[in-house]
Amino acid sequence: MNFLYFPNTDKDIRDMLDAVGADSLDELYSDVPAGFIYGKEFDIPSAMSEMEVRRYFDSLEERNRRLTVFCGCGAYDHYIPAVIPYITSRAEFLTAYTPYQAEISQGTLRYIFEFQSYMAELSGMDCANASMYDGATSAAEAVMMAVSASKKKRKVLVSDTLLPEVRKVLETYSRYHGINLVHIPHDGGNTSYEALRNALSEGDVAAVLVPGVNRFGIIEDLSGFSGAVHESKAFMIIYSDPLALAVIKSPREWGADIVCGEAQSLGIPLGYGGPYLGFIACSKELLRKMPGRVVGASEDMDGKRAFVLTLQAREQHIRREKATSNICSNQSLMALTATVYVSLMGLSGLRRVNDLSYGGAHYLYSKLLETGLFRNVFDRPFLNEFVLESLIPPAVLSEALLSEGYFAACETEEGYVSFCVTEKRTKEEIDGLVRAVVSAGKTEIK
Amino acid sequence: MSKILEGLFYSESHEWVKVEGGVAFIGITDYAQNSMGDISYVDMPDVGDELAKGDEFGAVESVKAASDLYSPVSGTVIECNAVLENSPEAINEAPFDSWIIKVEMSDESELESLMGPEDYRGFIEGQES
Amino acid sequence: MKYYDKLIFELSSEGKKGYALPSMTWKDTVDDIPGNLKRQTMPELPQVSEPEVVRHYTNLSNMNFGVDTGFYPLGSCTMKYNPKINEEIASSGRFSGIHPLQPAKTVQGVLGLYEDLEHALCELTGMSAFTLNPFAGAHGELTGLMIIRQYHMKRGDSGRTKIIVPDSAHGTNPASAAVCGLEVVQVKSAEDGTIDIDSLKPLLDDTVAGIMMTNPNTLGLFEKNIAEIASLVHGCGGLLYYDGANMNALLGVVRPGDMGFDVLHLNLHKTFSAPHGGGGPGAGPVGVSGRLADYLPEPKLCRLEYGSLSMKEDMHGKDSLTAGRISGFAGNFGVLVKAYAYILMLGRENVRMVGPLAVLAANYLKESLKKEFSLPIESVCKHEFVFDGLSDKNSGITTLDVAKRLLDYGFHAPTVYFPLLFHQSIMIEPTETESKDTLDSFVTVMKLIAAEAKDNPDILRTAPHDTPVRRIDETAAARNPKLKYGDLK
Repeated sequence: MNFLYFPNTDKDIRDMLDAVGADSLDELYSDVPAGFIYGKEFDIPSAMSEMEVRRYFDSLEERNRRLTVFCGCGAYDHYIPAVIPYITSRAEFLTAYTPYQAEISQGTLRYIFEFQSYMAELSGMDCANASMYDGATSAAEAVMMAVSASKKKRKVLVSDTLLPEVRKVLETYSRYHGINLVHIPHDGGNTSYEALRNALSEGDVAAVLVPGVNRFGIIEDLSGFSGAVHESKAFMIIYSDPLALAVIKSPREWGADIVCGEAQSLGIPLGYGGPYLGFIACSKELLRKMPGRVVGASEDMDGKRAFVLTLQAREQHIRREKATSNICSNQSLMALTATVYVSLMGLSGLRRVNDLSYGGAHYLYSKLLETGLFRNVFDRPFLNEFVLESLIPPAVLSEALLSEGYFAACETEEGYVSFCVTEKRTKEEIDGLVRAVVSAGKTEIK
Repeated sequence: MSKILEGLFYSESHEWVKVEGGVAFIGITDYAQNSMGDISYVDMPDVGDELAKGDEFGAVESVKAASDLYSPVSGTVIECNAVLENSPEAINEAPFDSWIIKVEMSDESELESLMGPEDYRGFIEGQES
Repeated sequence: MKYYDKLIFELSSEGKKGYALPSMTWKDTVDDIPGNLKRQTMPELPQVSEPEVVRHYTNLSNMNFGVDTGFYPLGSCTMKYNPKINEEIASSGRFSGIHPLQPAKTVQGVLGLYEDLEHALCELTGMSAFTLNPFAGAHGELTGLMIIRQYHMKRGDSGRTKIIVPDSAHGTNPASAAVCGLEVVQVKSAEDGTIDIDSLKPLLDDTVAGIMMTNPNTLGLFEKNIAEIASLVHGCGGLLYYDGANMNALLGVVRPGDMGFDVLHLNLHKTFSAPHGGGGPGAGPVGVSGRLADYLPEPKLCRLEYGSLSMKEDMHGKDSLTAGRISGFAGNFGVLVKAYAYILMLGRENVRMVGPLAVLAANYLKESLKKEFSLPIESVCKHEFVFDGLSDKNSGITTLDVAKRLLDYGFHAPTVYFPLLFHQSIMIEPTETESKDTLDSFVTVMKLIAAEAKDNPDILRTAPHDTPVRRIDETAAARNPKLKYGDLK
C-alpha cells in the first residue's frame, strides 16, 4: 500500500490484521453477503498526481468565461479583503467539527457568538442563530418557524417581489410541509399594501414574508405593514441582505418578528452560487422556535468566561420528529467569513460599500436612460440594482453584452432587464458597458 | 426514592393533578424532574386553550433532554404559572409546589382513570427496574 | 492551545478602521435615500484596525482543535484528513468570480465538474443519477424524502404518508421526515442495532412511503438481512432510503445501489474528504435509481443535443416530475470541487482501499481496548464501533468523564451518549488516514484513563484540566440565554 493519504505501511497493515485475528482485509467484510462485494473496475479516472489534478481543473477553467459582472439577482460581486481567505484557511478553523467539545472549541464558539451579535445588530432583532445554508432555505425555515409558532394556522402570504429562486424554494418546502402559500402582487414595484390587507382580511394567516430590498432593487416602503400583520395576529418576516441594513431601515424598525436572508454580500465570493450564508434573527418571544444552532455565553468551573452550544433541547438530535427543524449543521466557515468581514469594515466600511455601489448604480442608471434605448419602469428609490424596459430585445441585448465580456441585462420574469453595480465596478467599466449597449443598439435598431 | 404526595392523581406520563373546586392544578412529579435533570425551560400553553385528556400542552427542557407534557384531564387552561417563566428551577426544587397550568375541568369523572399514590409508586418502581 | 479572553467588540476604539476602499467620487450617495426608508438607530459594530483583527482571529484559532491538530475519533462523523490540494484548487480563484446565473455557454467548465462528479458518485454508489444541489446531509435527507413523496404522489399513490425509521437512528432522520410532512413510524432494533425483521413485517402496508436506514448501522455493524428487508419493503410498494452517514465503511467495496436502495445521500464532508469547517459548509448530494431520475430537484444538469451542458430549470409543466427547487442555486459548488479533487487523487485504484483501511483501523482499536472498555457485541465491526463505558463499573466514572479526560491527553473525544441503545455509549471512528502509531498512542491513553478510573477517579471527574477552558455551566447558559454581545453588558 502506497498512497499519500494512507499512512500505514504493508507491515503496519499486517500487524493490525494479526491483532484483530484476520488473514486479509477481505476477511473484514466476511459479514457482507458475497454478492454485494463489487468486483468490477470503477469507471473513474486512474489515480493522478497533484500536477495532473491541477491540469484537470485548469482545463475546466479554460471552458469558463471570465466576465465583468453587472448582475445581482441574489448574488453580488463585492470586494473581498485580503485578510479573509488568510483567516478562514487556518486549519484550526477549517478542519474542526461542530463545537460539541466546548473546552477545545472556544475559537469556533466565539466567532459564532460574534456572528450572532452582528446579525442581531444589523437586523435590529434580539437574537440570531449560528447561520443557515443559504438565503432561500433560510426563508423556508423562517416560514416553517412562523407556522409552528402560530400553532394551528397554515397560510403564509408571500410577496411577488421576492427573488424567483426564493419563491420556488418556498413553494417546494410548503408543498411537502403542508403550508398554503398565497402570493401578494406588487403595485408599481413595491409589495401592494392593498393586496396585503385584503389577503389578511380573509383570515387564518400565520405569517407574511416581504423583502427589504426587492428583486427590482427597490427599497421597499413597508409603511403600515407590520401594524396590519400584527392586527391579524400573524408574524411579519422580512427577507434581508445584511449589507444593505447598514443604511436602510432595519427590519426591527419596520416591526418584523423574524428576519431571514442571504449574507453572501459579506465577504463571500460569487463562486457559482455556493457555499453562501443564510441567517435567521428574531424577537426574544420567538427564540425557542428559532431553528438551527445557537451559541450562548456562560462560565467554566473556574469562573472563566466561556461559550457553549445552547438551547439544544429544540434541536433534532434531542427532539427528533418534534424538532424546530431538521437542520444539524450551519455554514460555520461562511459565518466566520462574514464575521471577519464585518470586523474589518465596521459600520463606516459597510456604509462606504453601500455608498460606492449606490453611486455607481445611479450613474449607470442615468447613463443608460440617456442612450434612449430604455424606458424607466418604476419610479422608486433603489439601492445598487435596478430594472429597465429595453427597446432592444432582452435576449439580444444580453447576448451582445456577453460578447463584449459583460454579464449584464439579466431578463426578469416580466421581460425587464436588470443591472447591478457594486463597489468593484469602476467608472471606466461602467462607461465601457454603456458603449457596448449603444453599439448593440446601433446594430439592432437601424 | 422519589417523593409521592397523598391526595393527588397521577398519570403514566408523570404529571400530577391536584383538584380544588373543579380546577385541576397540573405539574410534573418528583420522579419526572429527577430523570430530567436541571430544568432550563418550561413551554406552556396559552390561557384559553382547550385541552382534551391526553393532549400535549407544552414541554419541559433540560440541557440534554426535552419531555412533552400531556394533559391528564380535559378542560380549559385558565392560568399558567408565571413563576416558571424565569425560574424553571422551581420544578427541581419543589415539584409538587410548582404547578404548571390550571385547568377548569369539563369532565371530573376522568380523574377516576388516573392513578392514586399507591398505584403510581408501583408504576415507577416498575419503570426503574 | 492557549486561553484568550477577548471578543472583537472589546478591541474597538472610535476612529479605528480595518478597510481600504476607494474614496467616494460618485455624485449620488445613500444620503439621497428618502428619510422614511433610511435606518434611524445605527447598529453597534466595532471599529478595529487590520492587525488587531488578524491577531484576534488568530488567537481564537489557538483555542480550537482540528483534524490537522490531532486524532479526532468522532463516531459517525468520519473525521478523515482533508487534503490540501482540495483547498488550494477550491480557493485558487479559478471559479470565485463566476455568477450563478451566467448563461450555460460561459460556464461549461463548471458544468463539466457537475457532470464528472455526478458520474463518479453514480459509479461508486451504484445509483443511476445524482443531484449535487443539497447543502448538507440533513438537507440531502429532506431532498431524498421529497423525491420519495413526489414519486408516490405522481403515481396517484397518495396514501403513502408513513416513513419507517429504526429506533436507533440519529434524530435527524425523523426530523427530516417531519419537515417533509411524513408520519414517522419507529421500527424496533434487535440487540445488535440491526433491524428486527419480525417487528418490521407488521408495519408494511400500502400507507408506507419507505424506510430510512444506515448500513452499516449506528453500532458499526453490517445489516446482514438487507436483501430480505429490501424485498419486503419493495414488496409492499415502499422505497428504501440510504443515509450515507456511514458510507466510509463501504467505499470502494460495496455499493448501496446493489443492495437495493432506491435513494441515498452522501456527505461529501465525511466520506469525500471535504473539511467540516467547524460545522459547515458541507454537501449532501442525493443519488437515485433509474426509475426516480426524473424526480430529482431543479436546476438539473443535462446535456443538450448539440453536446454542450446546461442546467435545466422551470420544469413546471404538468408532465414535470421534479420534486421542486430546494436550493437558491445549484448547491455548494466550492465543496463539490474539493470532493472531486479527492476522487481524482484517489483514482479507481486507491478508492478500493478506503473502506478496508478504515474498517481495519476500527477493528484494531476495538480489539485493543475491549478489555478495559465494555464491548456489548462481540463481532467484526465496520468503520466504527461502540463501547458501553468502562468495563469496571465500580468507579462510577462516566463516559463524559472519559471523554473530557481525553482532551487533557491531546485527543478529541469520541462521540458520546449516542447511540441511545446503551447508557454509556462511546462511539469511535478512526478513519483510514490515521497511522498505527497514532492508534497505538490512543490505545495507551485510553488504558491509562481506565487505570486512573481506579486509582485517581477525581482527576477524571474534574477533567479536563489542561484545556483553554474547563467544564462549562450549560444549565446557566440555557436558563438565561446570552446570545449576543449586548446581552453581556
